[in-house]
Amino acid sequence: MDLSYSPEEQAFQAEVRQFLADELPGDIADKVRLDTDLTKDDMERWHAILNNRGWLAQNWPAEFGGAEWSAVQRHIYDTEAADANAPRIVPFGLSMLGPVLQKFGSKEQQDHWLPRILDGTDWWCQGYSEPGAGSDLASLKTKAVRDGDHYIVNGQKTWTTLGQFANMIFCLVRTDADAKQQEGISFLLIDMDTPGVEVRPIILLDGCHEVNEVWFTDVRVPVANLVGEENKGWTYAKYLLTHERTGLGGVGFSQAGLKTVKRIAKTANHNGKPLIENPHFAARVAQVEIDLRAMATTNLRIISQAAAGEAPGLEASMLKVKGSIIRQEINDLARRAVGPYAMPFASEAVEGANDRIPDPFDAGPVAGQYFNNRKLSIFGGSNEIQRGIIAKVTMSGGGK
Amino acid sequence: MNFNLTEERQMLQDTLRRYLREQYGTARRNEILGSDTGFSPDIWAELAELGVLGALFTEDMGGFGGAGFDIAVVFEELGRAGVVEPVLDSALMGGRLLAAAGKTDLVEQVIGGALHLAVAHAEPDSRYDLDHVNTTATDNTLTGRKAVVMNAEAAEHLIISAKDGDRIALYLVDKGAAGLDIQGYPLLAGGRAAEVTLENTPGTPLGLTLGDYEATWRLALVAQCAEALGAMETATAQTQDYLMTRKQFGRPIGTFQALAHRMSDLLIELEQARSAVINAAGHVTDTDADLHLSASKNLIGRIGRLVAEEAIQMHGGIAMTQEYELAHIAKRIIMADHRFGDTDYHLERFIALSAA
Repeated sequence: MDLSYSPEEQAFQAEVRQFLADELPGDIADKVRLDTDLTKDDMERWHAILNNRGWLAQNWPAEFGGAEWSAVQRHIYDTEAADANAPRIVPFGLSMLGPVLQKFGSKEQQDHWLPRILDGTDWWCQGYSEPGAGSDLASLKTKAVRDGDHYIVNGQKTWTTLGQFANMIFCLVRTDADAKQQEGISFLLIDMDTPGVEVRPIILLDGCHEVNEVWFTDVRVPVANLVGEENKGWTYAKYLLTHERTGLGGVGFSQAGLKTVKRIAKTANHNGKPLIENPHFAARVAQVEIDLRAMATTNLRIISQAAAGEAPGLEASMLKVKGSIIRQEINDLARRAVGPYAMPFASEAVEGANDRIPDPFDAGPVAGQYFNNRKLSIFGGSNEIQRGIIAKVTMSGGGK
Repeated sequence: MNFNLTEERQMLQDTLRRYLREQYGTARRNEILGSDTGFSPDIWAELAELGVLGALFTEDMGGFGGAGFDIAVVFEELGRAGVVEPVLDSALMGGRLLAAAGKTDLVEQVIGGALHLAVAHAEPDSRYDLDHVNTTATDNTLTGRKAVVMNAEAAEHLIISAKDGDRIALYLVDKGAAGLDIQGYPLLAGGRAAEVTLENTPGTPLGLTLGDYEATWRLALVAQCAEALGAMETATAQTQDYLMTRKQFGRPIGTFQALAHRMSDLLIELEQARSAVINAAGHVTDTDADLHLSASKNLIGRIGRLVAEEAIQMHGGIAMTQEYELAHIAKRIIMADHRFGDTDYHLERFIALSAA
């Protein structure tokens, strides 16, 4: 047992910290700190800065232009980046599609698509969920029917994050209607400029536009855009879901969030004293901080296993559940901390609203964030699904 | 012991529930939420016509109700439908303060739906404290700043607290008064509020003190608890429906025990919330009113969070969308915790009062 970073890891941490101090644009960091929506340009700018340093594709092998970081290095980056208010790396091309193409894509597909992810030519989004296929993803109905050298795609995807910025979408589609649910699904790359693709915004309860519906009406997709084999898409999708597992607990986000809560609570007045000195509030903050400290170590334990080549299974589900609960608790504390100032609707959607709300805590829309982050326990396999996985593996006799 | 509503209150409840069911659906509400004023003058006029505003005042004041249970009946229905019109601030708080000051003619206009009011007491660093007032009154001119003042832009008159020497008193300020600045903004759960600054602004003393404000604040607590209860009833009903109709893995998701048990817990807690509102309404003018009110507001805050979060979680993504009714209802429930003292504030108050 040794709980400290190695000298190499410490040097890496210093290097990351310096890089963030030198290269992260102040206007972008301010937006992240105040939870203001980033524009497409903001995100592309940050990607380009990372790519310039060779740090954009952190988990890719060097042969594809990746940084080939260890799990511990990635954890160090995530923590430092959250602390510095760097935007998260948009994961759809880099963390999701990239690894799938590297494992299952053809040489042509790898040569064509991977460099375009790195240089920002393509912005990918994910076409998985459908209105009737959420937790039960395998019941998806979007159809792709072979017609010569093309598939004809019809159907609807939903919850497509940042689809409004994307020019490409990777989709799970049904190519065999007669096969058992998981066996008739294929993995297809679709150009969103193709006639018949329509993106419709979904406005979330905090007023933000981050997700969309994507509709497909007789969309012609070249067969060359099929990844791997027809009807094997479920295998690739599962690989994708289990591949990117570090960072699941959101430790960096929680640490940054806790810092914000403490900062607000030092400024906020409660019966003539700073709120942070109030025993009830202080107890709430301490409780979640204690949980977070333990989870940070759980996270590192799992990362170490992954670094030793063990694929995280159950632990990933456990991290997702615990991590989302802790982050949501911190969001709850932030909205409590600002008191009546949680009520104003400080949304980008309302023109000029931010200018008119003198926020005495410089806290940003913390109540909006509280509502927005209810998604953490819903998306990417809800906490109910994760608990089901844990129960199935540990109690059905099928587990280790 | 009798837990049935009187015939009059039952009629009021039935009438208001039917009216809001017919006139305040999701489409109408979303239209109101998106409007510049943040509320509908038509709905306001109709609420007055139905006698809903009059039910908040005693017969002496020109109304036909005014007791804790009248207020609870009205606000439970407003909460059930997710109504964003400022009945609590404009009619109940503003109107009852004017009634306490003997302004009969103005109260009559409130009951008739013709007069809008705003009550400005809290300040940027007062949080939920009642006696933290830095706004000053010198020879009836007011200087200071008031925070998150509901309905300030639409109000004809503002009722503003200020310190005259050591004494906190209430003043009536006209919307056009010199030195009065109102910076309005929309609210996350609907409606509008403003930051109000006063610089040597003339006000008329109402002859009311902090004690009078506190008496009205108690009525507001009953109203806020009842509104949250109504919203929780809608949230649980919608979740129940959804669990029985939404199918995943080939069956309604409510047949999964993990969800069924959590739904049952919500229903248990909803009954607790209902009882808490009855306690608040029934004891609002008793000598130990504050103990009951703090107990109720704390419980409503805790259970409200549980209901709002569980209702969203059991719905999944659909409840995260702005246009879905539950999203609005959940926001109303959570934001109720940010008014008149939150869960922790009332826990501390309860501890202090029960030790006394």
